[in-house]
Amino acid sequence: MATKILDLPEEEYMLPGNRACAGCSLGIGFRHILKALGGNCIFTVPASCLTVLGGMYPTSSVKVPWMNVVFPSSAAAASGLVAGLKATGREDITVVAMAGDGGTADIGIQALSGAAERNTNFIYICYDNEAYMNTGTQRSGSTPIGARTTTTPAFGKQQQAKDVPKILEAHGIPYIATSCPSFPTDLYDKVKKAVGIKGTRYMHMCAPCPSGWQFPAKDTVEIGRMAVECGAVVLYEIEDGVFRLTSRSKKLAEQGELQPVREYVSVQGRFKGIEDETIEAMQSWINKRWTECIKRDAENR
Amino acid sequence: MGTKKHHISIITGNDAAAEAVKLCGVQVVAAYPITPQSSVVEALSKYVEQGIMNAEFVTVESEHSALGVCIAASTVGARVFTATSANGLAYMCEQVHWAAGARLPIVMCCVNRAMAAPWSVLNDQQDSMTMRDAGWIQIFCRNNQEIHDTVIQAFKIAETVHVPVMVCYDGYILSHTVMPVELVSQEKVDAFLPKYVPHTILDPSHPRNLNPVTLADPRKDGSGTLCHGYMELRYLHQEALLNSPAAIVAADKEFGKLVGRNWGGMVWGYRNEDAEILLMAAGSLTMELSVAVDAMREEGIKVGVLGLRVYRPFPNKELVEAVRKAKLVAVFDKSLSYGNEGPICADLKSALYTSGVSPVVHGYITGLGGRDVKYRHLIEAAKKSIAALNNGNPVKETEWVNVQI
Repeated sequence: MATKILDLPEEEYMLPGNRACAGCSLGIGFRHILKALGGNCIFTVPASCLTVLGGMYPTSSVKVPWMNVVFPSSAAAASGLVAGLKATGREDITVVAMAGDGGTADIGIQALSGAAERNTNFIYICYDNEAYMNTGTQRSGSTPIGARTTTTPAFGKQQQAKDVPKILEAHGIPYIATSCPSFPTDLYDKVKKAVGIKGTRYMHMCAPCPSGWQFPAKDTVEIGRMAVECGAVVLYEIEDGVFRLTSRSKKLAEQGELQPVREYVSVQGRFKGIEDETIEAMQSWINKRWTECIKRDAENR
Repeated sequence: MGTKKHHISIITGNDAAAEAVKLCGVQVVAAYPITPQSSVVEALSKYVEQGIMNAEFVTVESEHSALGVCIAASTVGARVFTATSANGLAYMCEQVHWAAGARLPIVMCCVNRAMAAPWSVLNDQQDSMTMRDAGWIQIFCRNNQEIHDTVIQAFKIAETVHVPVMVCYDGYILSHTVMPVELVSQEKVDAFLPKYVPHTILDPSHPRNLNPVTLADPRKDGSGTLCHGYMELRYLHQEALLNSPAAIVAADKEFGKLVGRNWGGMVWGYRNEDAEILLMAAGSLTMELSVAVDAMREEGIKVGVLGLRVYRPFPNKELVEAVRKAKLVAVFDKSLSYGNEGPICADLKSALYTSGVSPVVHGYITGLGGRDVKYRHLIEAAKKSIAALNNGNPVKETEWVNVQI
């Protein structure tokens, strides 16, 4: 059932050239998201790296209609698009809000929670580069413990990341999925599935960031893979409350062993100088979540 | 005289607004409750549930989202409405700016209430005034009939000049007070207000990226055409506002022909033809000023009311004409530009500065946080100004009416 890389549609909705940083994983992810959506969609985007990727007036890097909105407003704007399209008889168009982790976990969570509680008929995609990258790598609610940012410069962040998909799960929405552009067909299949579901669909995409995480731009895909291999990112979907591991995470569960997080941490400059006990805290957080994921996955098999 | 039927209802200002929104065929309403606005949107949600209004009603989780929903729905071509008050308006502040910058024909009622802290749910006009520089048209209503009629006119104005319109009316004094209101018939509203046709629409068949990052200087698009920079877009927005009085006056006149009443366009007067002294305000306070004027006329004082209907764009020319024959204008502001003076008073002085018309202008601060303003307070204030004028010492600091300090 899973799409193979050679079976992806040829049609491109990203135009050649955009303003994202070299090695940005968002471009890879966005390209596959657009392929899965297939053109009949309207995007709303708050202040974020995606705004930059989209281009400056009067040029655009994408072939989809796109409405920029204020930082906290992605999900409210999506609610307005849904209402406006319904009122004008164009309900066939898929409404997509796409925001960063700051725009989702922090400033945008009120609007997102409201829209999800109303089960608004739209897809929300959070691309999680784990800090405010567009404004210069400040700490967000989604920054992992131990990561140095420009607002946690000396000691690194002291708290674990907020688990946003779990918050959304508490809203009882029909579809939740995590993804990583290093596994593009998994991402593609999940967006494709989301398009066919009605109600609020929440997708959380890990987005490795060479400049903020401090790794060479050529290593983006590899870093994304490592994140999944060590369980810092788990690929899963929750459809009508039914939890399933997918893609590489499913295989890892079957094979039994995650890579230690220490390796993943060691190749990123943002964790430079991290203390052993912080790595241990990270590892135990990952282990706890992984155990829970395996248990939930097994319950539904 | 036959049986000509007048649809007179005894209703509150909020109901007068809601009835107008229904008549205008609004397609999307989004709102969050706040006193004293709530009953406007309660009425609208009732109409939608009863099926007598064919609209999407989005029960958002905040005012910020209320206007966010309206912005998005308007961008895909729906006629939209919201309403708020005080802290709700302040909470949606960045959206207020965005709606104007995006040039969307949104109509919003601001049911005027005092800003906290400390908390007050009662009336003054600080909320609207705080948003005066956001680029909206702001119209102040004097009674419930004007609220009903102005909401209908507001859609026409907004959709003509592509600027959002804030219909402002005093909380409780109008919002919760019943008055006779003649509801305009559906046929007349349909004749007055054509179906909304957006000039730009977001649609997959013609992808565009609306309101992206825009640089300071003009920049070429893919085909080599030079397109506006940020400053050019702002210039065009200001130009639209400065030209909007034509559309505002035309809408009021056309409405008047169709319905049989109008509201003076930008400014209006009461017993002001021969007035040497003008008492000026915006909103329901002008009604109390009319009572004061009637009483002072009994005493033989040549006094009249100068009603400010449209505050933004500020009617500079119309006001110069309106005060040309006056010796004194006493301006009663229900808000304050803290650290300076009442905003209407300051703006009037600015309008007069290069006009060659120079009546004495005195500023009074009244009715903050619901402090009752009685006509005798207004008469006392007016007489103080007249005395200063007659004493040959017309310069006078802004005075607070009925402040007990």
